[in-house]
Amino acid sequence: MEDNLKKDTFKVAGKILKSRLIVGTGKYKSFSETAKAVKASGANMVTVAIRRVNILDKKKPILTDYLNPKKIIYLPNTAGCFNSEEALRTLRLAREMGGWKLVKLEVLGDKKTLYPNMIETIKSTKILSKEGFKVMVYCTDDPLMAKKLEDNGAVAIMPLASPIGSGLGLQNKINISLIIKQSKVPVIVDAGIGTASDATIAMELGCDGVLINSAIAKAKKPILMARSFKDAVISGRNSFLAGRMGKNYFASASSPTKGLI
Amino acid sequence: MAKIQLNGKKVVIKSNYSLFDLLKKYKLTEKRIAIEHNGEIISKANYKRKNLKNNDKVEIVHFIGGG
Repeated sequence: MEDNLKKDTFKVAGKILKSRLIVGTGKYKSFSETAKAVKASGANMVTVAIRRVNILDKKKPILTDYLNPKKIIYLPNTAGCFNSEEALRTLRLAREMGGWKLVKLEVLGDKKTLYPNMIETIKSTKILSKEGFKVMVYCTDDPLMAKKLEDNGAVAIMPLASPIGSGLGLQNKINISLIIKQSKVPVIVDAGIGTASDATIAMELGCDGVLINSAIAKAKKPILMARSFKDAVISGRNSFLAGRMGKNYFASASSPTKGLI
Repeated sequence: MAKIQLNGKKVVIKSNYSLFDLLKKYKLTEKRIAIEHNGEIISKANYKRKNLKNNDKVEIVHFIGGG
């Protein structure tokens, strides 16, 4: 049993990640809170966005002062990009910043739901993979789309549980299961997880990992919630590996009937 | 003197100012940033060689918190 657990490694594009929990770094009250939550989560990969430097305030603290990119893996994203061109521009800049080739692609299609535009997403995945990027892709929970992404070079499939920042949890377990069954690359549920038990359910379905931002950052006590997610993901993974019992319509006594007085 | 557009804002700089000089002015030489000059990404090795001229558009980006 212990040996089994030791062999259970999580690999994305050849990189071994110690934790199956990846956390976002947005929406926190301060960088210090971000750093504490990341530490409590045990994650060794964090997502980051790329934006203009604030040239008016030279002394403004910046993320890299709090989270050392040499100690934790930065996964640059394309949040806020609504077409392939914008996403490619952003990730090429990220690559220039420090050799980042492992990236998270998200091409959004609608401002209200932040639902991904899969046509632009597939197009971008193909171009980026050809340019040597290792692309982890935020996508809909449609198994056909997930397959197309894999065929076009995606190194991880990241279907949404529900809309970004909604906290609605896993809305389509069947589709997520279908994607897990067919994928040869890791499947990481990204977006919509609301609380720790949602993450456990995703892991019990057989997901390789989960990506959480709002559910931690928007909790009343983000650092405690980060710790809770750490436990939830480990627990869900172990439960998946252990294999749950079968479901029965009727009761089955736990105590033996033999020797009853 | 040259007028450039830096991160969407009009900025006046000295003539023969290089991208590296610009980074120095904003205390960014030691930071993890990337630069786009008139739509083209400039590699670090060329910051000193790239001189700025009137109406140039420069974007300096970095990592911020995101999901």
